[in-house]
Amino acid sequence: MADTTGTKMKRRLTKRKSSLFARGESMVWLTGAALVVSIAMILGLLGIVLVRGSKTFWPQELKSIQLVDGRSLMGELTRTEEYKPERHVFESLREGDREAARKLVSGNRGRSTRYLWRTGNRSPTRREGFTEVSDFHIKSETFPEWAVTIERSEWGRFYGEPVAFLIGDEKAATDPAAAWALFEKHHDDATELWEEAAQLEEDEVGGLDALFEEQRLRAKSVELEHGKDSPQHANALETFAAFEASQGAERTRLRAVIEKMRAEAGMYSLAMRTSDGVEEQVRLVDITRAYAANRLGFTQKIGIYIARWWEFLTAAPREANLEGGVWPAILGTIVLTMFMTLLVVPFGVLGALYLREYAKQGTLVSLVRIAVNNLAGVPSIVFGIFGLGFFCYAIGGSIDQVFFQESLPNPTFGKGAIIWASLTLALLTLPVVIVATEEALSAVPNSMREGSYACGASKWQTIRRIVLPRAMPGVMTGMILAIARGAGEVAPIMLVGAAKMAPDLPVDAAFPFFHPTRGFMHLGFHIYDVGFQSNNAKAAEPLVFTTTLLLIGIVLLLNLVAILIRARLRRAYLEGG
Amino acid sequence: MIEDGDMQDDSTQAPVESELVASPEPRPAAARSEERPLADLPAGQHGARMGGVFEAVSRGVAFDTEVHATMAGKDCVIEIEQFNLWYGTAQALHSNSMGVPAGQVTALIGPSGCGKSTLLRCVNRMNDLIPTVTTKGDMRLSGDDIYGPGVDVIELRKRIGMVFQKPNPFPMSIYENVVYPLRIDGLRDKRILDEVVEKSLRGAGLWEEVKDRLEDNALRLSGGQQQRLCIGRAIAGEPEVLLLDEPCSALDPIATGRIEDLIQELKGHYTILIVTHNMQQAQRASDYVAFMYLGRMVEYGPTQDLFLNPHLKETEDYVTGRFG
Ligand SMILES: Nc1ncnc2c1ncn2[C@@H]1O[C@H](COP(=O)(O)OP(=O)(O)OP(=O)(O)O)[C@@H](O)[C@H]1O
Ligand SMILES: [Mg+2]
Repeated sequence: MADTTGTKMKRRLTKRKSSLFARGESMVWLTGAALVVSIAMILGLLGIVLVRGSKTFWPQELKSIQLVDGRSLMGELTRTEEYKPERHVFESLREGDREAARKLVSGNRGRSTRYLWRTGNRSPTRREGFTEVSDFHIKSETFPEWAVTIERSEWGRFYGEPVAFLIGDEKAATDPAAAWALFEKHHDDATELWEEAAQLEEDEVGGLDALFEEQRLRAKSVELEHGKDSPQHANALETFAAFEASQGAERTRLRAVIEKMRAEAGMYSLAMRTSDGVEEQVRLVDITRAYAANRLGFTQKIGIYIARWWEFLTAAPREANLEGGVWPAILGTIVLTMFMTLLVVPFGVLGALYLREYAKQGTLVSLVRIAVNNLAGVPSIVFGIFGLGFFCYAIGGSIDQVFFQESLPNPTFGKGAIIWASLTLALLTLPVVIVATEEALSAVPNSMREGSYACGASKWQTIRRIVLPRAMPGVMTGMILAIARGAGEVAPIMLVGAAKMAPDLPVDAAFPFFHPTRGFMHLGFHIYDVGFQSNNAKAAEPLVFTTTLLLIGIVLLLNLVAILIRARLRRAYLEGG
Repeated sequence: MIEDGDMQDDSTQAPVESELVASPEPRPAAARSEERPLADLPAGQHGARMGGVFEAVSRGVAFDTEVHATMAGKDCVIEIEQFNLWYGTAQALHSNSMGVPAGQVTALIGPSGCGKSTLLRCVNRMNDLIPTVTTKGDMRLSGDDIYGPGVDVIELRKRIGMVFQKPNPFPMSIYENVVYPLRIDGLRDKRILDEVVEKSLRGAGLWEEVKDRLEDNALRLSGGQQQRLCIGRAIAGEPEVLLLDEPCSALDPIATGRIEDLIQELKGHYTILIVTHNMQQAQRASDYVAFMYLGRMVEYGPTQDLFLNPHLKETEDYVTGRFG
């Protein structure tokens, strides 16, 4: 009995197995595979960015390499790759070394390993900071104990061994350990004094400059108002001349103070011997960070790693954006995105409200809806061009004509600015918000609206008190999508205000705190600029990944905030939390 | 905007009947099914006479509502006179006339799709929200024109409370739900609001259950509690009339019983117009009943009379369950 049912079962099972397709099992595989492929690609991208982006700042050991031709170099290894050397490569070697090199390569199935060393020590006469060597070039390698990596405020990294510490022209120490000890002792003080001088220059001299500009503009506006040779104008010119004279003295005094501070701070320097055996002096005030790379313990390495990240996150860029940090770009990105959100969400919601709640549904509304949806397909560069033509030149230009006549031809509003960039991005992301909001509005049950109307509420009261709160989570979804889209856009903002280097931040401590007419830096544009516009591509490459990592992180963070808010709204309005 | 909401449920339920109204020539099958009970029963068995209603409807000719004599001279809060309504070109109400007596419960009964909800929603002009609707005829609330020119619909609705078939509390706290009609009037005084909440919720028989959790979200209440909350919300604005559209259809027998009790308690204070599909409920809870059929008012009278002593054969068939 039990046996027969058993075979029956088996028969049925085999039968089912034979028609795999009919059972729909194949669709499971197809859909699953599609998902796996997409996830693998996304994770691959994120993985590369994460790995390469996060190792940029890890302090590496310094290797000193003696080459077969007698030269030697020292630096950090940045890339390793295998290649097949061409025949003529060996010709460039010296007679005696050729045979050994050929042997090495042929023993390796005709392949060779090529190393890219970051050898730094750039200077006006020596611009290349990288050296490429193949394994057959190398005679011997060492890790010099006192090899020191110096991050300079100009010309990038410097690698060498300290040989002396100088105060003025006087040698205060002549062996590596003692020189290094003195360096650690004096470095902070010297840089602090140097920065104080810079601060003083910026504050005081900058203040004087602003005052000067103000006086000049005052004279100019009198000229515009009363005519060039009017008595009022002559009067204004006189005042201006008096002001100029009085300011001159103050200026000279300040300059002297600043010079003195600079001289004092610039006295200290470290004499370094490079791998070529040349001795060079590096002023302490030019050193932002230095460490004896081969003497570092793990915790010290972590300390440097964190310090470099910190600098990257908080400092302004130097050296054509290849050194220093990206704080202005971070701030620019955040301010731009938030300002964009602030603009696009109200506009999008109002637009969607009209389309969904007020407009008479019909062909016209459908056409508008299609048009809005298609707006999302317009290439973003077109928005940039539109923003430049309409916002910057037409609107900004008119504002200048009317309100800022005296500073023309220097534009105030009629140029790329964070406000125009925000508006452009708001326009770009408008369809996303409108579509999401409309969806959310149409998901609000009519029974709620009727309940409200039956209580004697007007249309607007119903929308404000019942419909909008219910639709809020959907609006937040639109906002999240808009942020994700807007924060990563580069093409349009390039035209309407993103700058390679913006001296002033769009938000700072000076009244009125938000400066809508300023240009700004942006992480996305920074990636493009560093990655493709830099004249030192090899040094830029790791920064591209790090900056990308940062941008992704920021977008994630902004989204996370929005998602949390949405979850709260959902609980409140949909699930009865 | 309104088409894709709850109302569609109603409109799709009875496509055959609405077509019948529109077309002058009846479909043979539908006509047969309507007339069968007439043939089955010898006329006048219970003293009711043939109204010729079904025949009249199928021919599209007007007939007078059979109004019981006892309805005369009543003090009516709502007066409906020769009221017609069209959804687009399809006429859903045909010359309806009735008066709703003050302080009493009046029930609208009739087969699905006959226009009960439509008529009820005309009283507080909820049908204005449907763009295709056109109306003709008069309605008055305590003597004031409802459809006259220059009527403030919002003020009108404030004088009328409405409870829907499906409980529709707003996604906010219980407290805010109840005071919603006052909030939209801009009332802020916490003392008055507190008072109204207690009074309305007591009126709706919900106070004891929720008095400790007034700040809880209303969506967390059970279905029956939600419906009572909606009643509380409807009476918070002290309306003159309460419109109830099948308020118990989504509830279990116990919750239904509570709401019926509640209706009994509310009557006297308020004039109540209720739509129901449940004959027992109509019998238990109402003082007057109007029987509607395909957009027409067929018979209208005191509940006991209409159920035990209907004048028309068609009414008798419907209330005894032989038809419908
Ligand atoms: N929004 C609408 N648009 C078009 N026709 C409608 C609409 N609402 C209702 N109708 C039609 O009007 C007629 C009356 O509908 P109504 O909802 O008033 O019936 P009812 O008596 O309440 O039915 P039920 O007992 O099933 O709720 C039906 O034929 C229906 O199809
Ligand atoms: Mg109904």
